[in-house]
Amino acid sequence: MSHKYMKVERIEHGTVIDHILPSMAFDVLRVLGLSSDKTMSILVNSHSKKGGKKDILKFEGVELSAEEANLVALVSPKATINIIVDGKVVRKFNAEAPQVVRGILTCSNPNCISNQNEPITTEFNLVIDDGHRYVCTYCERDIVDLAKRISA
Amino acid sequence: MRHVISVHDLSVEAIIDVLDRAEGMLATARGEAVNDCLRGKVLGSIFFEPSTRTRLSFETAMNRLGGGVVGFAGTEATSVVKGETLADTIRMVSGYADAIVLRHPREGAAKLATEFSDVPIINAGDGAGQHPTQTLLDLFTIRQEMGRLEGLNISLVGDLRYGRTVHSLAFALSKFGNTINLVSPEGLEMPGEVVEHLEGSGQFGTACHTPEEVISSTDILYVTRIQKERFPDPVEYRKVAGKYLIDPELVSQGPENMIVMHPLPRINEITPEVDAMPQAKYFIQAFNGVPVRMALLAMVIGGN
Repeated sequence: MSHKYMKVERIEHGTVIDHILPSMAFDVLRVLGLSSDKTMSILVNSHSKKGGKKDILKFEGVELSAEEANLVALVSPKATINIIVDGKVVRKFNAEAPQVVRGILTCSNPNCISNQNEPITTEFNLVIDDGHRYVCTYCERDIVDLAKRISA
Repeated sequence: MRHVISVHDLSVEAIIDVLDRAEGMLATARGEAVNDCLRGKVLGSIFFEPSTRTRLSFETAMNRLGGGVVGFAGTEATSVVKGETLADTIRMVSGYADAIVLRHPREGAAKLATEFSDVPIINAGDGAGQHPTQTLLDLFTIRQEMGRLEGLNISLVGDLRYGRTVHSLAFALSKFGNTINLVSPEGLEMPGEVVEHLEGSGQFGTACHTPEEVISSTDILYVTRIQKERFPDPVEYRKVAGKYLIDPELVSQGPENMIVMHPLPRINEITPEVDAMPQAKYFIQAFNGVPVRMALLAMVIGGN
């Protein structure tokens, strides 16, 4: 017997973040710092049509700005953002790594001044060479294990 | 130039400009001429960590230019022990002084200071991070002794992992086009990002574990201290330190015009017998901190 059912309901208005790296959906939620008063669906380790696995996030009634959406690239660089209006995709784009990230992350260098009790906001700059990496404005060190450095 | 925070901020032109100005300060630094271009100005000298050469040479530089110095060395008698933030300390001192020289144990402290100061900040070493004025006086000494800053074969010897001096110097030398050899004990090798930078700019020479392997082609032997506390086993420390002993026999194996530099303090890594050899330049290097810091102070405070 074939019994089809939807694992996650489609949304009428809102945002779908697709192609999130498997098991990274919760890190995406943390980096976005979204409050939980909206309807939200989280699909973890779903089968991707392109092969392998992916995570998907759906937010009903939330339209992410490009700036917010780009934060997703910090933890899942190939994620795609779909803006849904009246059940249709009206805009689709890839998350792009932001040039500067203020707040949100903490420096992975424990001896960095930004990890002390000082009245400053952390700041990291994108460096593009053979890959994407973020460097702390204060101690000039690369941030290591970025997903673990989300402070939100 | 407003602040002096990191060697990464300094262009080749800016470095040459500082070195040229420092050369013009030599007679005043030696007390042979008078230059009071900073008369009536005050330097805030705030050292949260021990320092001999850096602090004294900054204070000498300010005095030689007719200015005065306020500040502290060590935090015992300050509000820092009461938990005052660095930001507040900087705000306060920037009200008293025309420029601030800062040494602090945390990386990035000097950058933070620029955000809370109304006056120029000069980084005198922040944790394992930057120490740009040491790099400038090293370059000044190299140019003074070798007549140029490019086309040299430089061997950095000792603790290349934790020594902030050699990281900054390697970056600075790579702006000019040189060959840089890295000689260190296992476990104390140069960090990957510095090696990658040297390789990327085509200036990486040889990486090895004994100075004998590079000495015959070395123009500048830049020696740093191997710190005992990096070794959990004192026997292992003695074994390693013994391999990095710079003595007259080793120095004699280098080219005739090779020079030996060291940011000091040295402990045992260069034997006292080397001091009398013409190759030994580390005390001249320490003196050069004065004219270089005079030039920087005149630039950031006096606008000269």
